[in-house]
Formats: sequence, structure tokens, C-alpha cells
Amino acid sequence: MTRQRLTWLVLVVLFAGLLAWRGFTGHGLGRVYVERGEVSLARERAPADAPAASVPRWRSVPVEQAEVRWTTWSKVPPKAHFEAEARDPGQDRVVLSWPRTIGLWVAAFLTLAIFSFLYADNPAYRFTEAVVVGVSAAYWMVVGFWDVVVPKLLATLMPETVQAMVQPTLKIPQFSPWWPETWDTASDAFDPWLQQWGAMALALLLGLMLMWRLLPRGGWIAGWPLAFIVGVTAGRRMVTQVESDLMEQAASTMQSVVPTAQGLSAWDWAWAALPGVLVLVGVVCCLCYFLFSVQHRGVVGGAARVGVWYLMITFGAAFGFTVMGRIALLADRVEFLFDDWLWIIDPNHLRG
Amino acid sequence: MSVLDRLDRLDRRWIFLAMFVAVAAPILYIGVTGRTLPEKVTSTSRAVYEAIEATPEGSRVLFAFDFDPASAGELQPMATDLMRHCAARKLRIVCIALWPLGNNLAEETIANVIGADFPHMRDGVDFVNLGFQSGQQQVMTVLTTNFRKGFPVDERGRDTADLPILQGVKTVADFPLLVDVGAGYPGAKEWVQYVVTGLKGSMRMVAGTTGVSTPQLFPYYPDQLAGILAGIKGAAEYEMLVNEGLGGAPAAKYMEAQRRMGPQLSGHLLLVGLIVLGNVIHFRRSRGGQA
Repeated sequence: MTRQRLTWLVLVVLFAGLLAWRGFTGHGLGRVYVERGEVSLARERAPADAPAASVPRWRSVPVEQAEVRWTTWSKVPPKAHFEAEARDPGQDRVVLSWPRTIGLWVAAFLTLAIFSFLYADNPAYRFTEAVVVGVSAAYWMVVGFWDVVVPKLLATLMPETVQAMVQPTLKIPQFSPWWPETWDTASDAFDPWLQQWGAMALALLLGLMLMWRLLPRGGWIAGWPLAFIVGVTAGRRMVTQVESDLMEQAASTMQSVVPTAQGLSAWDWAWAALPGVLVLVGVVCCLCYFLFSVQHRGVVGGAARVGVWYLMITFGAAFGFTVMGRIALLADRVEFLFDDWLWIIDPNHLRG
Repeated sequence: MSVLDRLDRLDRRWIFLAMFVAVAAPILYIGVTGRTLPEKVTSTSRAVYEAIEATPEGSRVLFAFDFDPASAGELQPMATDLMRHCAARKLRIVCIALWPLGNNLAEETIANVIGADFPHMRDGVDFVNLGFQSGQQQVMTVLTTNFRKGFPVDERGRDTADLPILQGVKTVADFPLLVDVGAGYPGAKEWVQYVVTGLKGSMRMVAGTTGVSTPQLFPYYPDQLAGILAGIKGAAEYEMLVNEGLGGAPAAKYMEAQRRMGPQLSGHLLLVGLIVLGNVIHFRRSRGGQA
């Protein structure tokens, strides 16, 4: 047995022992409990002047008057189950949720599998990595379809179909060429509809052109929508960047040099001005460092060297913030393992 | 072989293990004892607190959830404390999300804070969740001209024109305060660029951001950003201010950021020690002509 395999074996045995110990002491190991709730609804009577196609409104009613009812299960802290059991052993209102408990254990396994890469590459890590990538890609595709394609594109191009099939609360526009009832009532709504419909039809066309690159021929067609995207993005960003990141920043840099507070002594005035002066010096020196059309000698060279110091301090501060962020994320995962899964700690008093 | 030579050849996995222990030990200690470390409040965190304190009671506040569970370890404590502070100040909270999963986190935060501790607040009147809207910074641009066009319905499908909390709101400029808890793009930087800068001071903005993205935002403070919560440290400082300001013993869920500072201290001490040790080894080897 290689040393690495032996280490893995020791780690797994140690961990299994810890799990067994936790499983048979105190409240045991991670479980998720849910509380049952009932929803009962009845249709509100529609006003006499409501259009025939309007969507019915629903209100909560007692169970016996309900037209529609269903059961909800909401997550509750484990102590709610312990208290309910103490009051009424065998009750079925606050119960163990097997699907959520399995989800909790899967989350713990995936967390440990990712951590295992720190020791060595292994099949559990590779499996988890593939799961994360696959689930992320699938999730974004579903979000893109249901949050962009359906409500923005299809709901504009064919609102009646979307309302009938997937989004009953969708408001039908005042004018639609495919809905004769609206033809004579909303002549002034034609222009806004045409603008919206035209924009979405153009978006659909550009989207189809973009996907042309998947076909064996005519890949150049995909270049046109790409050019449109790059051009529009650059144009839109340039305006905001100039305004917020150039003009405003330049003004703030200059204004901050002279303290505006009244009645300061000379020493206090100098102390108040110091941060602004340091910022101004830093900006000028960093700009000197990036000035490549002049040789870095003499005054420019000295300023450039000061600029390098400013840059190094900035990178150091950014690195420090990054370390803080990563430790916070690690702490979050470790707390999940100790609190939600192993039930070793209970900082939020969820179990008693 | 000297100690330095041994350290020079140290398997990096011992460092991973040391970091795990440095983070896990304080979590266990704080989790068992409940003790947290005191924080020295920085000006940027105090500015967030003061911006919310200065907002008149009953004002509407736009609360953007621009993060997802991947960064919730850093940002969720901020979101919880910011919402608690706004609710305690009797501000009317309008939640939105430009990240798909931000909507779920908004729902969770509303349930944990407003549902649990401010049950008198009415949905649609004192608070509302408008849900996720796709389009990133294009949504921000739309909000500056027509708020209802950006969010025609709320999370529950109610027409935003019928919601009492949004009566009189034409554009995003009708909110005196914007609170953004953001993990990246789109987030605080885009709100500053596309919304706040153009409004020329009629709307104040405070942001809670991840440690990674915070350095990019410091140049906007204090003119374009009224305050910044810089990573989990900023969250802990702000949490302490809110707990002190509201008085009484805070519930455990309002101590989350301060609990997370224990692992920060030991993790940073270890890292600083390793950097110093690495430099000592490097310079010793350089002096010995081995570099």
C-alpha cells in the first residue's frame, strides 16, 4: 500500500469514526425538519365591467369554502420538531424531510470532495467538479430561457400564446395585429407596440444570425450581430465611464486637496489636507509610470518610481482584501459542516 | 539539514492543514462559547450607518440583492444587518435583484428579518420584493427613466402600479437611498456608473461588497458612494454599530459577521507568519548564494 493510499484510508476511517460518534451522541447528525401548512383559495367575483379575458383574482378562505387547496412544507429549525414531539409524541405537523436531509448530506459530501483536492487529485473531486460545471451551465440555460426568452422576447412577439400557455398574469398590449378586438380601440397604441415589437423582432433576427456559426457554412453571418453587440456596448459604456470614472474622479481628486472645514489651526489644516495631497501625488506619479513616450529619467523617472510604490501598496491592499474574502468563504463552509451537518456547534440556537 | 531547510522543503499540504485548523478552531470556540472579538469601526462602515440613520423615517429605500450563494458567506450577514437597520428605522424597503439567485436570498432575508422580528410590516405597503429582472445594467438604465417598466410586476405577480409602497415612484430618483449588496457584475460599480453619478446627488448610495471587489470601489467614496462595507470586516463593524444603536441583547442571527471575525484573525496571523517565514528563507538562501 502506497503512503498516499494509507493516508486516505486513515482519513476516511477517522472521519467515519467521527460521524459514528456524532450519530450516537446528543441530538445526532444533520437533519432537516419541515412544518406542514395548508393553502385554501377561492376566486373573487369579477367586477361587472371587467374584460372577458381578465385574469381571475384569488383570496384565502377557510378550508370548507376552498375551490383550490394544497399543502405547503416550510423549513423550520430542529428545535421546533423537538418541542412539538415533547408536547405531542407522534405528531405529524413538524416532521423530518427526507429530500432536504438527503440534500444536506449531498452538500456536505460535495464540500468535502472539493476540499479533498487540497490533498491530491481524486475521482470524488473530479466528479464534484463535473457536477458543479454541469449544474451551473444547465441552470444558466434555464434562467436564460424563462427570464429572458419567454418574458421578454416571446411575450412581446406573441403575447396571447404566452398568456395562454405559460404566463396567465401577462398583460396583453392595447394593440395587437393578431387580436382583432384591439384594432379599432387603440389606434394611438400602434406606435409604441410597433417600436417594442420591432426591437424584439430585430433581437430575434440577430440572435438567429449569432447561432449561424453552428452551421457548417456562412459563419461570417455571425460576425454582424457580434459587431452590433460590441459597438453598442462600447458606445454605452464610454459615456458612463467618462462621466463617472473620469470627470467625477478628476473633480474629486482636485477638490479633496483643500480642506473645506472652517476655523482649523495650521497644523489641523495640514493634517486634513494630507490625504488629499497623497491621493493627488499618487495619481500624478502613477500616470508618470504609465507614460511610455518619455524616458523615465530625472523628474519623470523619480515620479515613476514613487508611482511604482503606490501601485505596490494598492496591489498589497487588494491582495489583503482577497485573502479576507477567501477566509470568509472557507469559514462559511466550515461553519456549514460543523453546524448544519455535524451539529457540533449551534451558534444560532436552532436546536435548543 | 537545518530548520530553515526543512521548512523550505515543507509539503504545501501542511500549510493547507494549518489554514484549516486556523479557521476551524475559532469557529468551534466561538460556536461553543458565543464570545466574539471587539471591532474598531472604520470611517467607511460608520458612513453606511450614518447614511441610513440620516434617511427620514418612512422614506423608501431601494435594496438591491446583487449576489448569490457563492458569496453569501461574506455578504449575507451584511444583507441581514442592513435590512434590520432599515426596518428598525421604519424605512420602506423595496427589494430587487439583478442576479437570478439574489431573488431567493432576498426572500430568505425578508423572512429571517422582517417576518421574524418586524411582523407589523405589511407586504406591499412597508416592504416588497420585486424579484429578479434580467438585463443587468440595462435594467438600471430603464429604472432611471421609468421604474415600472423595469419592474412591471413584483415577485408574487402583483402589478407594481397597484402597490401602495410604489405610489408616486416614477423613476429610481424617487428613492432617497440605494442599498446595494453586491458580489461583482452587475453590482455596486454599475449602480454608481449608470445611476448614482447621473443623478448628481439626489440619491445617496451605500454598498456592501466582497473583499475582492472592494478596492475598485474606494475611489467612489465619499462623493459617489456615501459608504462602503468592505468585506466581512466591514460587515462586522456595521453589525456592531447596529447592535449598539438598537440596544438590548441581539439575537444570535445578528451576530453572524462578528462571529466570522475569529477565523479571520487566526487565518491572517497564520498568513502573515507564513509570508514573513517565506521571506526569511528566501533572503537566507539569497545570502548563501543559492537563489
